[in-house]
Amino acid sequence: MTLTRFVTKSAFRNKRRSVLTVLSIMFSLLLLTLMMTVWHAFYVDTFSAESAQRLVTRHRVSLIESMPAFYREKIRTIPGVVAVAPNNWFGGIYRDSKPENFFARFGTDPQEILKIFTDFKIPDDQLLAWQRDRAGVIVDTGLAKKYGWKIGDRIVLKGTIYPVDLELTVRGIYTGPEPTNSVYFNQTYVEEAVPFAKGKAGTFAILADSPGSVPAVALAVDTMFRNSPEPTKTESEKAFQLSFINSIGNVKAFILSICFAVVFATLLVSATTMAMSIRERTREVAVLKTLGFTRQLILRLYIGEAVLVALTGGVLGVMLAIVLVSAMSRAPGMALFLSGMKVTGSTLFVAVIVAGMVGFLSAILPAHHAAKLDIVEGLRYIG
Amino acid sequence: MAIPISYNIRNLKLRKGLTIMTALGIALTVTTAVFLMALLAGLKKAFMTSGDPMNVLVMRKGSVAELSGGFDASLFPTLKTLPGIAQDAKGEPLASAEWVVVVVLPRNNGTGEVNVSVRGLMPAGLTLRPNAKLVEGRWFTPGQREIVVGQSIHNRFSGTNVGDTLDFAKGQWKVVGVFDSGGTAYDSELWGDVNQIAADFDRQGAFASVYLRATDPVAADALKHRVSDDQRLKLEGTLETEYYEKQTSSGGAIKFIGTFVAIIMAIGSSFAAMNTMYAAVAYRSKEIATLRIIGFSRPSILTSFVIEALLLSLLGAIVGIVLILPFNGMSTGIGNSLTFSETVFSLHLTWAVALTAVGFAMIMGLIGGFAPAWHAARQDILTSLRA
Repeated sequence: MTLTRFVTKSAFRNKRRSVLTVLSIMFSLLLLTLMMTVWHAFYVDTFSAESAQRLVTRHRVSLIESMPAFYREKIRTIPGVVAVAPNNWFGGIYRDSKPENFFARFGTDPQEILKIFTDFKIPDDQLLAWQRDRAGVIVDTGLAKKYGWKIGDRIVLKGTIYPVDLELTVRGIYTGPEPTNSVYFNQTYVEEAVPFAKGKAGTFAILADSPGSVPAVALAVDTMFRNSPEPTKTESEKAFQLSFINSIGNVKAFILSICFAVVFATLLVSATTMAMSIRERTREVAVLKTLGFTRQLILRLYIGEAVLVALTGGVLGVMLAIVLVSAMSRAPGMALFLSGMKVTGSTLFVAVIVAGMVGFLSAILPAHHAAKLDIVEGLRYIG
Repeated sequence: MAIPISYNIRNLKLRKGLTIMTALGIALTVTTAVFLMALLAGLKKAFMTSGDPMNVLVMRKGSVAELSGGFDASLFPTLKTLPGIAQDAKGEPLASAEWVVVVVLPRNNGTGEVNVSVRGLMPAGLTLRPNAKLVEGRWFTPGQREIVVGQSIHNRFSGTNVGDTLDFAKGQWKVVGVFDSGGTAYDSELWGDVNQIAADFDRQGAFASVYLRATDPVAADALKHRVSDDQRLKLEGTLETEYYEKQTSSGGAIKFIGTFVAIIMAIGSSFAAMNTMYAAVAYRSKEIATLRIIGFSRPSILTSFVIEALLLSLLGAIVGIVLILPFNGMSTGIGNSLTFSETVFSLHLTWAVALTAVGFAMIMGLIGGFAPAWHAARQDILTSLRA
């Protein structure tokens, strides 16, 4: 019998205990992986290359204030700006105000917006049809599937911010790099119906010529309007989206504290198991020592055992997390929050390493205790 | 006959290390659950107590929040003269036309900027919110660029002391007072004169909302329907209490994530508790057999071990709740999807939360303890004694 086989055998000799420990660690690591995935998506992901080239300009005071529409042409003159289009939050209600029927509705300029959202895929004829129809709308593939929309279908959006009910015709279905949960229509339609919407823009979407020129463009835009009555705030698309996440509260501290609690709980579980299992085998340890096993070897055997159990739980937990994340990111209601989220390789790696470390740390004390055991004492032990 | 509980307590004491570690594991789960529940309780408190059942909030039909659009100012005199509105000492109706706008303030600790609501109100607006009390300085003077700040804003943002000036919209505003509305959503607002604010945000000639104070709760309900049913007005009346109840939904994300996290951690802890209890049973198989011989029945053995598991989880629950105590009252802000601004609320450890946590821990103990207890009760006496 090799040493590896010895470790494997003893790790699973009490099947029920090992299974329970593995399950317990599995659920903890599942949670840890999910939390790290969320962290990764919010704070580490650099988004797509296309996104890194985009900026969003909004009113300095807040998102609900609007800017004069003529800012668009002024922004266009800034070096490094390739395209710029207004993007106006329409709000409104589709069917009813239940959260599951909520999606983003934007009024924009059909001629230019897809030159900025370069990663939206839409057939050319559909784009053309949209640009020609003032009451046309293009919808996200996911939304089209959810509501069964087809080209030519009518959608009615009841206005909340603007006192108008938009009657729109689906002219195109686009596919974003990830589910966008949005529809886009012609802002002119809103402006014609609502006089006070005229000449105003909620946000501007800007495409810079390269990711490198994004900070310079942001600075140039804000400097341009600094002393005007409607100052602006321009940030990268990613920073703009992060500002929404931060509004939920101190998400970073929240995730970190959960991770900490989970890791500590796992450590406790693993340590309890190892303590129980090593104590049970006090006599065996004495026998092993009599046979000539050194302290070092015994220490290593038990630590190996704990690491093996913890790793098994860790790997299973991570696998469960992968399944869960992919299932959740496809669930229709969750799309806005978890869209495009996936468990990355580095997250997997960290989770498994954490599991291994937990196993290692949990075994040190009991294993050390066993290694130090006096043979005669051990043989006399009756449990 | 039942086995005395002291037997279980002694057993838990005997294996101190194991008991403490398992209880700590349960405690961590309980702490996480309590933390999230206390957050939600605080959030609920901030919103639920904000509304006054005597106040009717009038907004444009279809508006879900005071921020989304306004209606013509010419409707205000009509609203003011509706029957059922309470009057102040001078015989003026208690009605206040208001604007709510959002401004950006830098966070105290320099971690970015936060949206904060600014409410413009009429002097009657102060009278119809009797729970808002001045704690420092004085109320704003109509026609002046003066502002009073809510208690939470005062605590969380620099430059909001009496005498400071805040820079937003078209210029500087002088902070003249601090008010406290008892932990409600108003504490997260800045209040100023409605006409000044409308002028600064180019919103003259319209109002976002009108608050009417009814003579009594029954009149409030009647007033609400009178406003909503009048086809000419195109307005909608809501009881203020109802309005804030809806806003609690901004805690939805926390609630969802919290429940999810708590359940997964609870599953993990249940397995750990099960492990400990199985070990407890295994150590004591001889003892159990002896108890059976003495005459204790199977059901009493089963009950005894379930009770032991419950004691273990109770210990965990107590430790878990104690761990959260230092954080009680700690305040944090949450963005509100309806108002786009931050509402400050504090972690609120209520008895209900504590009891739920104990219940939650007990469920973990029960799940973890039942199978081992069943196993103990079913053990064959002779085999156990020989082992």
